[in-house]
Amino acid sequence: MLGDRGQSGGIGRRAGFVALSVAVAALFLCPVAVSAQEEVETVELETLLPIAAPTGLLAIDTPNDRGNSINVTWELSADDDSGGIVAGYEIFRSAHPETGFVLAGRVPFGVTKYRDSDVDNSESIYYKVAALDVDRSPFFSGTFGPVEASIQWFNRSRTGTMVAVIIFVLSIMYFVAAARSGKNLFIRRLAGLDEMDNAVGRATEMGKPILFISGLSSVSDVATIAAINILGEVAKKTAEYNTKLIVPCADPIVMAVEQEVVKEAYAKAGRPDAYNDDDVFYLTRSQFAYVAGVNGIMVRQRPATILYMGMFYAESLVLAETGSSIGAIQIAGTDAVTQLPFFITSCDYTLIGEELYAASAYLSREPILLGGLKGQDMFKLVAAVFLVVGVIAATLTATGVIESNFILPLLATG
Amino acid sequence: MRRQFPLALCFIAGLFMAIQYFIPHPTVQNFYERLLIWLQTLLAFAFLLGTVSLVRIHYHKIKHRADDRGYSWVTLFALCLMIGLGFFSSAHHAQGSPFDMMFQNVQVPIEATMFSLLAFYVASAAFRAFRARTLESTLLLVAACIVMLGRVPIGDMIHSSIPTATRWILEVPNLAAKRGIMIGVGLGMMATSLKIILGIERAWMGGGD
Repeated sequence: MLGDRGQSGGIGRRAGFVALSVAVAALFLCPVAVSAQEEVETVELETLLPIAAPTGLLAIDTPNDRGNSINVTWELSADDDSGGIVAGYEIFRSAHPETGFVLAGRVPFGVTKYRDSDVDNSESIYYKVAALDVDRSPFFSGTFGPVEASIQWFNRSRTGTMVAVIIFVLSIMYFVAAARSGKNLFIRRLAGLDEMDNAVGRATEMGKPILFISGLSSVSDVATIAAINILGEVAKKTAEYNTKLIVPCADPIVMAVEQEVVKEAYAKAGRPDAYNDDDVFYLTRSQFAYVAGVNGIMVRQRPATILYMGMFYAESLVLAETGSSIGAIQIAGTDAVTQLPFFITSCDYTLIGEELYAASAYLSREPILLGGLKGQDMFKLVAAVFLVVGVIAATLTATGVIESNFILPLLATG
Repeated sequence: MRRQFPLALCFIAGLFMAIQYFIPHPTVQNFYERLLIWLQTLLAFAFLLGTVSLVRIHYHKIKHRADDRGYSWVTLFALCLMIGLGFFSSAHHAQGSPFDMMFQNVQVPIEATMFSLLAFYVASAAFRAFRARTLESTLLLVAACIVMLGRVPIGDMIHSSIPTATRWILEVPNLAAKRGIMIGVGLGMMATSLKIILGIERAWMGGGD
């Protein structure tokens, strides 16, 4: 019995200890369990709570485009705090305001616009935007519509440019007409072009050729066309003086055009027999292979005069320095702003930017071409006046001297 | 007719190219894109012209036993070799093909060599440009020294205002001059284009009336 009692007493003590331990553990663990349960419930509540739908939905035909496009904009969901519970937005379209909405596109959170470029022109379309929660459940805005995509015939954002172009064209046409009527037009001297005659004469006296390099660009570059125009004038002079003219080309179409230009110039100078097709030739399209080829010609044939006209890139300095090392008189003309310092450093004369385009008119002295040049100058004067007015207006507005709701927007659209 | 046809073609094409900038309509834009494709096609054919010119001039040099005909032999040999490798080796664009090997191991290093010569030419040109003989060249020298020092860490170590001065030189007087030139270039381009479209400038046709 004792044993039993003792045993039962031991069991009872053990049971009491266990019960006590459980009670103590429960005391400590209970808040944890409760708080964990609360967390689960909170998370569940958060995910179950609906998020705010986007508002202010607006859909308009994309302006100044070729049709088939609608711009959709909206205001962010009130719950979209960039990375919170809004995962993104989905844009839906339908031909009917109530039903048949299909997904048009999807954007991430924080974005308030979408361009729908997959719509038919002149078809009524309705839009809805849905904010997506973390479970990708959609919360829809109201429906907006109908809206139609349409084709525009005129890009209104380029009105300012068009007005400027029209003024420019009129300015040139006016001065061309003035030149045609015999009006004397003053053109300032360009030292580089004045020196052209001397450069050709020098080559003639030395019995050495003239090297003409029209840059590495293609014939679609206006600078190359300007170079070709100059080549025509130079070729007339070399034909008159019976001086060899070498024209290595980097573009086959430029080569074909330059061959024609030189041939015509020789014919006009009454020396068609002096023209040799092999003097205007194709070298290569590869930039530095072209440099190697031209440098080789310079070093072997030692031209007395080298003319660089047109568009140049990194090869400009290598060419001009090699030309300088053989003692040739060098005249360069380019609109490549980054290459101008190299030519100014290495060449005897440099036509800067627009002077390249003026060269043809300057050399030929044809009144009609000079009229075009004068018109261009006049437009530049008008542009300069606008520039100064704009700078003053912007400065005065920015410093608060004048208040303007008109000038700055006008300048911005202009 | 020999003159009128190219002039008329130039006028129509030029006018269309100018007008299409303001018209987003698909009819116009599709035609514009088609014209660009034609231009690409034309360029591909033009390379044939270039190759014929190249072969002809070097053939003449060899035939007439010109002094530098050795270079012509090398040019024609290289041309034939690359054409042969391009045509007769399968997958010539694949990495490790004979065509690719020749391009990567001959053409690329030779071009890199030519490009690297630029460093020496910059030094010689700088030496000439920076000789302070006039007020302008002295100004250029001073500006260049400030800009060069301001672009490397030692400039800041010498004086903290050097990088600031560098930025000012680049962003104020340098940029102003650049923009001035660029405005002139833009107007010059427009004027030249207009003169060509209207047939006022005809030197590209070899001049003439």
